[in-house]
Amino acid sequence: MTPLSIRHLSVFYGERPALEDVSWEVPAGLTAIIGPNGAGKSTLLKAALGLIGHQGEARFFGTTLDAARARVGYLPQRASVDWDFPASALDVVSMARTPRTRWWGRLPRRERDAARAALAEVGLDALADRPIGQLSGGQQQRVFLARCLAQEADLLLMDEPLAAVDAATEREIIRVLQKLVQAGKSIVAVHHDLASVPHIFQHALMLNGRVIAAGTVAEVFTPAMIVDTYGPGLSDDGLAA
Amino acid sequence: MISHNTLVVVLGCAALGVASGAVGCFALLRGRALLADAMGHAALPGVVGAALLGAWWGTDPRALPPLLLGGAVAGTLGLWAVHALAATGRIRQDAAIGVVLASFYALGVVGLSVIQAMPAGAQAGLSHFILGQAATMRTQDAWAAGGLALVSVAATVALFPRLRALCFDAEFAALQGLNIRRTDAALMGLILLVCIAGLPAVGLVLVVALLVLPAATARMLNHRLPGMLATSCAVGGTAGVLGALISAGHQGWPTGAAVVLVGMAFFVAALLVRREA
Repeated sequence: MTPLSIRHLSVFYGERPALEDVSWEVPAGLTAIIGPNGAGKSTLLKAALGLIGHQGEARFFGTTLDAARARVGYLPQRASVDWDFPASALDVVSMARTPRTRWWGRLPRRERDAARAALAEVGLDALADRPIGQLSGGQQQRVFLARCLAQEADLLLMDEPLAAVDAATEREIIRVLQKLVQAGKSIVAVHHDLASVPHIFQHALMLNGRVIAAGTVAEVFTPAMIVDTYGPGLSDDGLAA
Repeated sequence: MISHNTLVVVLGCAALGVASGAVGCFALLRGRALLADAMGHAALPGVVGAALLGAWWGTDPRALPPLLLGGAVAGTLGLWAVHALAATGRIRQDAAIGVVLASFYALGVVGLSVIQAMPAGAQAGLSHFILGQAATMRTQDAWAAGGLALVSVAATVALFPRLRALCFDAEFAALQGLNIRRTDAALMGLILLVCIAGLPAVGLVLVVALLVLPAATARMLNHRLPGMLATSCAVGGTAGVLGALISAGHQGWPTGAAVVLVGMAFFVAALLVRREA
């Protein structure tokens, strides 16, 4: 069953189209969405998840998002929330278990344990009780990843999981992503660093307001396609691959 | 020795402080302080309108419930007006808040002078809704404030996981199936409740401070939300008690101003403590 199938999806910001008639079958495995700034990469994820108004439809595991909600995970951009919020790392991860929370009171022990396990998975178990405002940028990104893991989803949509993190954090995150894929999960990640695409991802969607190309990295991540996606002005550091 | 009247006022203000402390935490974290201010100001024409209707019907002009109901209706209208203006995309929300706050308030002030020209004592005490006059609080008003505190604290505790998820990351919460619209509406309802209930004692100009000061103070002293919530309630309640006592000891000091100044003192103290730390 295709994890995510997008059909004729368009998004307009006022009169201006941000995405035009995107149709895309998300394959199993690890997939990158790449394209220049303003190409609509984050917009595509958000529209598919019903977070912004759009035309067209997105079907998850052959059904609607509402029916498949428990199987879909999301990692938003780190800058999308206020990290000065009064919460510990464990609090944030626990929020992934909110649907399983009773109306009142504390999270059941089983849910708390699941949140702790997710933090341990990203190597942050020692910092579980640390206020999130006191974490480094890379640690905050890993808290977000842990929250995404704690959803225990089969399809994970990630908006720049590797943005602005140091090399060690990047390795750590990539290790977690690859482990997830080996466990049979599908991951779609918005990605900025062209040079690392072939090393991390199996599939790619080249996007610039519309689909330029989609397929395996070997098929579509070619110099010609990159020029088609980004225009001819791109420096060649991304093309070295 | 504290007189019965003072005791009523002190307890009423304490209850108001606790209620606004609880609701204020989420108002602050969701960035709703300015909206609360707009609602407080927008309530005035409703209060005046209710008084006019009351004078027409010949009911007791000092009975609070109809006046507060009028205020709640106008406050809700004001909130709706802010949303409607912002939704046009022509002006941003902060500008919409400014427009609504000022124009509703102006309408209320004009209404006040209209009512003052009327023969009967219809306007008795109405101007107190602007700056607050807790000294006129009666026993049943204090009971109502106590009930409100109970409802606000119970609601924030019951909705805690949902309100926290909403305030931290609304999109993520929505994705998990949380009804954002409904949760936001519940929060706005609680804010409206506290604002309207605070009008007679604290006044519409200062009622927003009741929401903001305890929560902002508590935020500086806590790194987790449950602690912040408890501290905020404690600060709000204490500010209510001390403010009411100070105001009772100095005839003519408006209670609202006294409560807010005590809250401000807590806030500054917390600011200094955090600076040391």
